[in-house]
Amino acid sequence: MKITKNEIIHVANLARLEIDEASLDKVTEQISRILEYVDTLNQIDTKNIQGTSHAITLTNAFREDIVKEDLTNNQALFNAPEKENGAFVVPKIVGR
Amino acid sequence: MKLYELTIHEAHDLLKSRQISSTELTRAVLDHIEKKDDKIGAYLSVFEENAMIQAREADQMIARNEIQPLTGIPLSIKDLICTKGLPTTCASKILEKFIPPYDATVMTKLKNAGAVTVGKTNMDEFAMGSSTENSRMHITRNPWDITRIPGGSSGGSAASVAADMCIGSLGSDTGGSIRQPASHCSVVGMKPTYGRVSRYGLVAFASSLDQIGPITKDVTDCALLMNVISGYDPQDSTSVPKDVPDFQKSLEEGLKGLKIGLPKEYYITEGLDPDVSAAIDNAVNTMKDLGAEFVEVSLPHTKYAVAVYYVIAPCEASSNLARYDGVRYGFRDKDPKDLLQMYRSTKSKGFGPEVQRRIIIGTYALSAGYYDAYYGKASQVRTLMIEDFKSAFQKCDVLLSPVTPSPAFTIGEKTDDPLNMYLSDIFTLSANLAGVPGISIPCGFSKNNLPIGLQLMGSHFNEEMLIKVAYNFEQATMFHKKKPTL
Repeated sequence: MKITKNEIIHVANLARLEIDEASLDKVTEQISRILEYVDTLNQIDTKNIQGTSHAITLTNAFREDIVKEDLTNNQALFNAPEKENGAFVVPKIVGR
Repeated sequence: MKLYELTIHEAHDLLKSRQISSTELTRAVLDHIEKKDDKIGAYLSVFEENAMIQAREADQMIARNEIQPLTGIPLSIKDLICTKGLPTTCASKILEKFIPPYDATVMTKLKNAGAVTVGKTNMDEFAMGSSTENSRMHITRNPWDITRIPGGSSGGSAASVAADMCIGSLGSDTGGSIRQPASHCSVVGMKPTYGRVSRYGLVAFASSLDQIGPITKDVTDCALLMNVISGYDPQDSTSVPKDVPDFQKSLEEGLKGLKIGLPKEYYITEGLDPDVSAAIDNAVNTMKDLGAEFVEVSLPHTKYAVAVYYVIAPCEASSNLARYDGVRYGFRDKDPKDLLQMYRSTKSKGFGPEVQRRIIIGTYALSAGYYDAYYGKASQVRTLMIEDFKSAFQKCDVLLSPVTPSPAFTIGEKTDDPLNMYLSDIFTLSANLAGVPGISIPCGFSKNNLPIGLQLMGSHFNEEMLIKVAYNFEQATMFHKKKPTL
């Protein structure tokens, strides 16, 4: 399926990506070609075929609910781009 | 013989008999990296100090007679496997400064076995690619011809093994990322059955397809590494609680009476290089001489593998990579005007073009109105592909095929044409979609001396069979003994 430039901008926004104007044509063309290729799947009749999301059949994996050692606050914050008082810092998200 | 040229089992024998120490061996490998890696670019980081500490500890273990098969062996690790306190970048700007606070389960297992980590290897960013050209740090060159790609995404690992800049390595394989570079670099690479090896601490790309596996100088080493890294892990609920056999045991069995299937669709693929085709024909004859029988089988949905994979993998990736938002770890762009802008500029600057392309494809294929047509359809065809494998394995014990349609291509040849790059993955994708194990072993060289690999695929949890066939072939041909000149 052909995808339009506007659709690329819309989907990129859903994924919180910005596509700059200069590469938009190229990205649109590349993704269109890939999606057109994917359309070959329509040649196959898949009526009543169950989809597979996982190749190995496993049922629920249960474990005992016990407290064990985990990362400390310091370890968890070690890689944070910005932190303060044992918490992650982000730009202000509530308006006045 | 130079120490860095040793295989794991050769080095083990010398360590055990105290003819060499791990300190000497590790030093030799580090010096060789220092000398050769400027030319190849296999490593993203080398942990000289840390490796020498581990080597000394290994020597102490050996002195206490606590030697295990990997004790004191210098290994390289693909840079998407978490190493506690040591950088793990996924060759991405977004994780450039990331230092994991914990070890992946495979790393814990290697440490317990006394192995030495010499460094982390280059890869396509987040393992998305077939050439290692998508690394945001630098490219890696093929030790057999430095104008060519080493394959990918575990290109750094395969090149480090081929160029003797480590004794063995761990990579990861989501659609061929261990087997294809192993094939291009004339080394051994195994993708285990999905669930055989814990994915805990493996940075996720496509969770239903990813597996960690060994890249080694020979099949014996592959078996030895598999022995250590395999097994159920409570930290990974998709790992399978199943006993792990001693893979080394299957090495000595012969091939008499074994049935090998040739999937006919793999041999009529357009663009199959004549040198690859000839090498595979020779391999079939060698196996026949070893007592194996051949049957033709059919995997009718093979030609749809690329389409299925390039829907499912991007869908899973778009979900997995949503976590890189500049809040908890990794890169954050400076001075965003608000939260939304922070997400946008962080992701757009942090991720490279191929990763962004796949996130967009995945997001599109999962979005309202398109889910059934793309993800739904692809997952149904995936079911049909699994059925194909099931019926094939009723007729044979193992499948034999090429790994790639042609030997390593030149650097830059396919970078502007992602679809063309994807199509070169045709023979390796199916194993990931079906969850079956696969191995790539050297099976010859093209007219211009480029390595050619042979792929064997088995039924779920039957890695033993692959190791047995691969070992017999290796010992009958000895292609693995040929080294690139650097």
